[in-house]
Amino acid sequence: MTHLPLLPVLLPLLTGILLLLLRSAMPLAVRRWINLGAVAAQVALALAILMAVAGGDILVYALGNWPAPYGIVLVADRLTAWMLLITALLAFFALLHGIQGTDRYGHHFHPLFQLQLFGLNGAFLTGDIFNLFVFFEILLLSSYGLLLHGGGRERTRAGLHFVVLNLAGSTLFLFAAGSLYGMLGTLNMADLALKVAATPPEDLGLVRAAGLLLFGVFALKAALIPLHLWLPAAYSATSAPVAALFAIMTKVGAYGLLRVGTLIFGPEAGPLGGLYVPWLLPLALLTLTIGALGAFSATALRRQVAYLVVVSVGLLLTAFGLWSRGGIAAGLYYLAHSTLAAGAFFLLADRIAQGRGPLADRLSPGPAIPHPGLVGALFFAVAILSAGLPPLSGFVGKLLVVRAAIADPAWPWVMGLVLASGLLAVIALARSGSLLFFRTEGPATAAAPARAAGLALAPAVGLVVLCLILLIWAGPILQLGQATAEQLLQPQDYVRAVLGTSGEGGRPR
Amino acid sequence: MEALLSLIIGALVGCGTYLVLRGRTFPVVLGLTLLSYGVNLFLFATGRLVVGLPPVISSGAAGYTDPLPQALVLTAIVISFGMTAFVIMLSLKARAELGNDHVDGRPSPGDRP
Repeated sequence: MTHLPLLPVLLPLLTGILLLLLRSAMPLAVRRWINLGAVAAQVALALAILMAVAGGDILVYALGNWPAPYGIVLVADRLTAWMLLITALLAFFALLHGIQGTDRYGHHFHPLFQLQLFGLNGAFLTGDIFNLFVFFEILLLSSYGLLLHGGGRERTRAGLHFVVLNLAGSTLFLFAAGSLYGMLGTLNMADLALKVAATPPEDLGLVRAAGLLLFGVFALKAALIPLHLWLPAAYSATSAPVAALFAIMTKVGAYGLLRVGTLIFGPEAGPLGGLYVPWLLPLALLTLTIGALGAFSATALRRQVAYLVVVSVGLLLTAFGLWSRGGIAAGLYYLAHSTLAAGAFFLLADRIAQGRGPLADRLSPGPAIPHPGLVGALFFAVAILSAGLPPLSGFVGKLLVVRAAIADPAWPWVMGLVLASGLLAVIALARSGSLLFFRTEGPATAAAPARAAGLALAPAVGLVVLCLILLIWAGPILQLGQATAEQLLQPQDYVRAVLGTSGEGGRPR
Repeated sequence: MEALLSLIIGALVGCGTYLVLRGRTFPVVLGLTLLSYGVNLFLFATGRLVVGLPPVISSGAAGYTDPLPQALVLTAIVISFGMTAFVIMLSLKARAELGNDHVDGRPSPGDRP
């Protein structure tokens, strides 16, 4: 048994504790480097896991060597590795932005950042539905801290809504997990997949209710309509590196929907198979539309970007909602793109807001931004990425989703709404860009030296470069996505890996 | 026993839901607490209700009670305890920073400035 799947959970936990203990013992600069080094190590770890599972192997780690389904397992398959890699890459650049001053506004930025990664990595790796709840709580608790980092009225108000809503969501998660355990007698996801398929007819209703409760919980995390209302306020009120890191938080919900929807309520689950199929696609399309309208009507840049996150969730879940090989593969490509692009946009919006003095990111004519050429070019690139225009990776992602949708009977809806929302996003971003960069009044605020400005923009540039890599390597990445989709649509392998290889020499079933 | 327990869970969750939907932070926090009590009892009941049976294997036992839900409840209690502490501190902070205890931070007509 390799210890590799445990490391992405262990490393951020230990680093977080270390950073907490070192707070008064070490200067800030050292703690910044420790944190950055740990995140870089997580990128390497995620790459190592991706290499290990790319061939189709599923790594199973039984904690304490207690065999599943009685013990708790960590499972790394292609989907997990892909999510880990995106998380680590996004976190690296968000942190690079964060160490340029944001971490001075409060006390525990660095430990909370690592604990957030602990929760995220754990949620992607765990193979146990109750542990998924626990890791959700860990990532939520650190996200509460990060969201409020720096303080301020808006942040507190948005934070209160975020916390109360997510606490209610956690309660629902517990009800769902409890009902599943009460009906089926297991919490291991692979075992649940087997037990759900063998549900006696008289219990179908309760299991279905539990499954749909889980859908509601994941929909809340993913900001699916009508549970999206917390997102724009929370994301636009918080500090930039946190907002950028939160770009992955909605994807945790999407991951949960995809994992549970294919593994537990997948094609082989008998009468409960495809439990999420009738719900996901319509809701995702609605999310897409409402998000685009929100972006169109936003009066501040960061709020607009937050609505673009809602749009990306809608498009992502539209792709997943097709429940086909092509749809899931397109979704996985778009997931990477949209996460990185949203992160870059939040980081850039922060720099723009800083350059405009008291006007901050409000979309009204104001003073010119220092270094308009550099910032403007970056805004142009990020806007093209976010709106999904050619030639960047957003277009590839959108094209893949639309192409995958042709096989689905709902294709006119998908195509119409995806294209319409794209158009709305283009108009909204063009308006913002012209307001911010062309309709300027008065002289620019004192410009920092070009070198400092370049350094300040470096994290956003780094994320854009990652999107370029996504574009250049679109072929191999799409192949990986298709392999992942195949693995997801054949949950038997997952079940066999978890229940078959635990315990030395195998266990009779 | 089953009927009584389900009535209690129902009452807790019902009251909790009502309170969470109120406009002030104090009832909301109280509602979240009631919800977590309700769900803890619910988790406890998922292992089926038995009286006077051991959770651990012993030779003379007539039957067993399921120990797993008890572990789950323990975890859920710890988490909800921490979360409640956090949300109370956050409500106090919101009260201080926004100037009133409305969840949206806007004073209602009856408030004194």
